[in-house]
Amino acid sequence: MSATCHDTQDHVELKPEFVAHADELISHYPVSKRSASLPLLHFWQETHGYISNQAVEWIAGKLGLNPIQILELVTFYPMFRQHPAGKFQIKVCRTLSCQLGGAYELREHFMKKLGITKVDEHGLGISADGKFSVEFVECLASCGTAPVIMVNDDFYEGVSHTQADELIGKYS
Amino acid sequence: MSCKNPFNHDITPADAPLLNVQVDGQWVQLPRGLNVVEAAKRVGKFIPHYCYHPKLSISGNCRMCLIEMGTPKMGPDRKPIIGADGKPEIGWIPRPQIGCATMISEGMGIRTDSPMVQDCRKGVMEFLLINHPLDCPICDQAGECKLQEFSVEYGNEDSRFVEQKVHKPKQVDIGERIVLDDERCIMCSRCIRFSREMVNDDVLGFTQRGSHTTLAVHPGKRLDNNYSLNTVDICPVGALTSKDFRFKMRVWFLKETKSICTGCATGCNILVGSRENVVHRLTPRENELVNSEWMCDQGRLGFHYIHAEERLLQPTARVNSTTLPVAWDDAFAQIRDRIKSYKPEQIAIIGSARMTNEELFLLAELRAGLGGNAVLTDVVPRTGEADGILRSADLNPNTAGAKLFQISNDGKNLAAIKDGIESGRIKVLYALHEDPVGDAGLSESALAKLDLLITQKLLKSHSTDIAHFSLPGASFAEKRGSMINGAGRLQRLNKAIATPGQTMDDFEILLKLRATITGGNSLHTIEEVFKAVAASIPALSGLSLSKVGDLGVEVAPAAATVTT
Amino acid sequence: MPAPAEYRLVFKHIDEPGYTNDIECYQRHGGYEQLKKAFTMKGPDIVNEVKASGLRGRGGAGFACGVKWGFIDPTKNTKPVYLICNADESEPGTFKDRQIIHKDPHQLIEGMVIACYANNVHLSYIYIRGEFPLGAKILEKAIAEAKAKNFLGKNILGSGYDLEIYVHRGAGAYICGEETGLIESLEGKRPYPRIKPPYFPAVLGLYMCPTIVNNVETLCDVKHIIAMGGANYAKIGKPNNTGTRLIGVSGDVAKPGYYEFEVGSLTLGQLINDVCGGLKNGRKLQAVIPGGSSSKVLRAGEKYKIKEKQADGSMVDKEIGLEDIPMDFDTMAAIGSMSGSGGVIVIDDSRDIVSCLANLSEFYAHESCGQCTPCREGSLWMKKITRRLADGHGRVEDVALLKSVADNIAGRTICAMGEACSWPVQSFVAKFKNEFEAKGRAGKGPAVAATNGH
Ligand SMILES: Cc1cc2nc3c(=O)[nH]c(=O)nc-3n(C[C@H](O)[C@H](O)[C@H](O)COP(=O)(O)O)c2cc1C
Ligand code: SF4
Ligand code: SF4
Ligand code: SF4
Ligand code: FES
Ligand code: FES
Repeated sequence: MSATCHDTQDHVELKPEFVAHADELISHYPVSKRSASLPLLHFWQETHGYISNQAVEWIAGKLGLNPIQILELVTFYPMFRQHPAGKFQIKVCRTLSCQLGGAYELREHFMKKLGITKVDEHGLGISADGKFSVEFVECLASCGTAPVIMVNDDFYEGVSHTQADELIGKYS
Repeated sequence: MSCKNPFNHDITPADAPLLNVQVDGQWVQLPRGLNVVEAAKRVGKFIPHYCYHPKLSISGNCRMCLIEMGTPKMGPDRKPIIGADGKPEIGWIPRPQIGCATMISEGMGIRTDSPMVQDCRKGVMEFLLINHPLDCPICDQAGECKLQEFSVEYGNEDSRFVEQKVHKPKQVDIGERIVLDDERCIMCSRCIRFSREMVNDDVLGFTQRGSHTTLAVHPGKRLDNNYSLNTVDICPVGALTSKDFRFKMRVWFLKETKSICTGCATGCNILVGSRENVVHRLTPRENELVNSEWMCDQGRLGFHYIHAEERLLQPTARVNSTTLPVAWDDAFAQIRDRIKSYKPEQIAIIGSARMTNEELFLLAELRAGLGGNAVLTDVVPRTGEADGILRSADLNPNTAGAKLFQISNDGKNLAAIKDGIESGRIKVLYALHEDPVGDAGLSESALAKLDLLITQKLLKSHSTDIAHFSLPGASFAEKRGSMINGAGRLQRLNKAIATPGQTMDDFEILLKLRATITGGNSLHTIEEVFKAVAASIPALSGLSLSKVGDLGVEVAPAAATVTT
Repeated sequence: MPAPAEYRLVFKHIDEPGYTNDIECYQRHGGYEQLKKAFTMKGPDIVNEVKASGLRGRGGAGFACGVKWGFIDPTKNTKPVYLICNADESEPGTFKDRQIIHKDPHQLIEGMVIACYANNVHLSYIYIRGEFPLGAKILEKAIAEAKAKNFLGKNILGSGYDLEIYVHRGAGAYICGEETGLIESLEGKRPYPRIKPPYFPAVLGLYMCPTIVNNVETLCDVKHIIAMGGANYAKIGKPNNTGTRLIGVSGDVAKPGYYEFEVGSLTLGQLINDVCGGLKNGRKLQAVIPGGSSSKVLRAGEKYKIKEKQADGSMVDKEIGLEDIPMDFDTMAAIGSMSGSGGVIVIDDSRDIVSCLANLSEFYAHESCGQCTPCREGSLWMKKITRRLADGHGRVEDVALLKSVADNIAGRTICAMGEACSWPVQSFVAKFKNEFEAKGRAGKGPAVAATNGH
């Protein structure tokens, strides 16, 4: 759980469209461009998969900040990753209503089906082929249809084990 | 120059109206603008705190300063209800409030030690300790640690925590001069706020969250600014430690001597921490009119030369190519005998704006004895860049004094001295605390032309090797005396350690040399010298070293004009 | 008594067959008509209508909306005023705002434009939790549509009034729902809640300017207040508990779901038994968490003393059971819990109550921002103790220890998360003492290295 994970990461070339969209996002915050930190982090992660050291430094530079101010955010918000997760990221809601609805068993089911045995310090497990990752997340605000999950940005409610298997098939 | 703190929670304007406040049952009057911690302090009540620092923004995160407070009960007429004692009745708020972020107001009641307050402190102390490594035996902060201190005073006797502690990085290298132990950090954010608010170098931050929150720097931008070591001072625990001081000495063995830094014309007030004649550290000492509570790293660490291997420990005399130790009195007598035969024009003196007023005064008198103004004299100016925080562009600590005693000519005479020596007109050079080559810019070949070279300094160099007389002087930590900083403030140096070996306090060297050369000696102690100084300078008249006090006095602004 | 019928105001079109979230559909159903009406009024008059409506915030604290707006007097300050819609919806058990955002986003936009106009706001943000990526897209589309029709942007409907609304996404942090944590997050900083005093949003909010933070539902209600007038709105519900309330029921009921009722019109018993079809699989009720996970738990069979206002204004002491509690702000507070965010979690008698608490304590330990000592250290400690107890490594003394740790947090922290994490512990442990002690007695005690610090 080192605060500053710095692998030697691949450097990505930023396309002009990327930079242009980043500038558009910054324009949403006419009072303080620091406010664009989260939008830029989201945008980077959506585009490049995870927040590399390059991302931290580029965003900080873009917003006139010290890199630590971006690193502070990356490590605070669980949605940002400093390492690649699975191509399809299965996020199982863990919180009470979903626990009552079988969330723990559902996560177990996913892990077994995908052959994941190890998790990192944040509880994230990645399948051997890197295709799937499974993790718990906190209440997804759909407690009435527990258990609920997200696969990347897609949302699924009342997920049975059969449906879980179907979802794995669908995304494979 | 006084320090530009972003906040001064402990200082209120002189015209701040007084408020009636009840502290632990006593009604007192205190100026508006104080928070509860400062208000209580003024009436002798200490409210323990970690995150609050009077010179930084208030973050209110440690919760150690929780107190009970109340405001006047209001009657139906919206006026305070007056109790039997003629004072307003107080409606106490059932929830504790943090003293650091609560400003006092008219009729406010404060309880700094009620059962609720004690309970709060106990709770906070326990929380702070459950994940703390408790490695006090090997912690540098032991003895100055507020966690240790407050836990004894306000904490629980035994631990109720049976879980695994959170583990975090230890011995993190976050800057050239600083090591961080994240397990010891209590996340008070003082260091972050200091870097941001005082130095505008926002390189520290918290990563992770919750109990895993970890103080960190981004690897590319480290805590390397020239004020970084102040974070070590204000860190309430042993999370930030100085590489320079790490594991050197348990702080309770240190003797602390009030003095001033001689690293620049600011003259930051300091404590010299020493033990058995070894200086181990310098730390800032509060003086709102000079440096507030801070000092720069350069000044703080610039003392190691005191104990350098090249330190000269013995007066020496050179005859032909042989340099031999000499007794002080013999040295003085031989100097007298040799210098007598030179005309004033053949003598030059390079003094130093690092010398004390007392030394400069005596040097001026000695010069008078050698022929007065015909003796070319100057000091070596040193300039850097003012940083807008503390550091002055003038890197000499006593330029003002050097001018006052007319030893300094702003360096304008240095060229003439150089020419004189090179042309053979000047035959005698007396250089004090400046190296003729390294500092004053003379060439080695020029020095070789001199009939008589007298050096008075701390460290061995080519110049001292070839000097006819090398007189080992004393460092700032080994002497008493005074200096005038760039803002015209007269301040005191105090002797923290003894002069090593055969070295001698410079005022004494000068006193004896003067007596030997010009005869007569009515002065013996530094106090007497200062008295003579004060008598000769109208701006200092009536002052004595003891009257100067720990915080110094402002002397005539004339002394303040420093050209840099 | 059978449960009263739902009163659908905000949820009027939610799940209505054929109702879509585009602006045309919204306008076909009378959308943006209230905005036009609002523009015929002056800002302060709108504020007065909201005051008259008695609307209380639906985000959790139940603070009177008109009073909150009243703190800001645009005529008296020179700084800009900002309005932020709190769409962080992350209190466990709460799932109402999601429905509005996904299915009727223009209702929210219309409410926001009215609220912004009323308070002379020209720049506004919707802070939506990161886990609603689709919701954010829907809102962005709705904003673009509204802009295209000049319900937003420059010189709205020729009124001379300008307003920009932007969507700002969080990234997985409950504390961003706390309004000052939200503001810090929106400023691009770690979402560390601010100390109050001095940083009340109404005075020193976003960018240190006066700022209004309102929940999604609250802002939708504003539209309906304009439609019917504040006084008429105040007739819905009960005095001081006016209007309708979105309620989400989850857990062990036969028909979990989201509903909208007049505030206080139905009891907890009616909600569980009539509206939600009773407990699942014929089980019995064990406990109810009535207003989001932070609210204090209610135990089946408990009795509460309340004061009931009679027709003549006199107050009469009354003892009621859990089933009889009317679902309104004041009664929920009077019985020692809160109606909070409107999320009701029902727990049946087959459940291990200790692991239910352990689940919640894990949530709070994960979500504590870590800024202030008691919550940072205490929340993780409580998680570790409850987890140990639930996993068979407890001790009897853990029960008292849990309470004491919780007592050392509540009321002593920077933000209300301190209460949020300790109230469940305090109430579970007090009300299910036997269950907790039994776990402790049966437990093997702490296993070293069982928790690995996390
Ligand atoms: C820990 C914590 C989490 C909160 N989460 C939310 C939330 O997700 N959504 C929300 O609207 N209010 C939340 N609140 C309440 C907000 O601080 C604030 O009171 C509310 O947004 C005000 O809006 P309202 O007056 O319309 O209710 C939370 C409060 C706390 C202390
Ligand atoms: S390192 Fe020291 S000063 Fe900095 S946050 Fe930690 S305890 Fe506070
Ligand atoms: S600013 Fe000057 S006087 Fe102060 S510590 Fe630094 S060098 Fe010494
Ligand atoms: S109470 Fe908890 S969430 Fe709130 S500021 Fe303190 S640590 Fe952060
Ligand atoms: S508990 Fe899973 S969605 Fe709320
Ligand atoms: S000193 Fe007041 S909260 Fe830390």
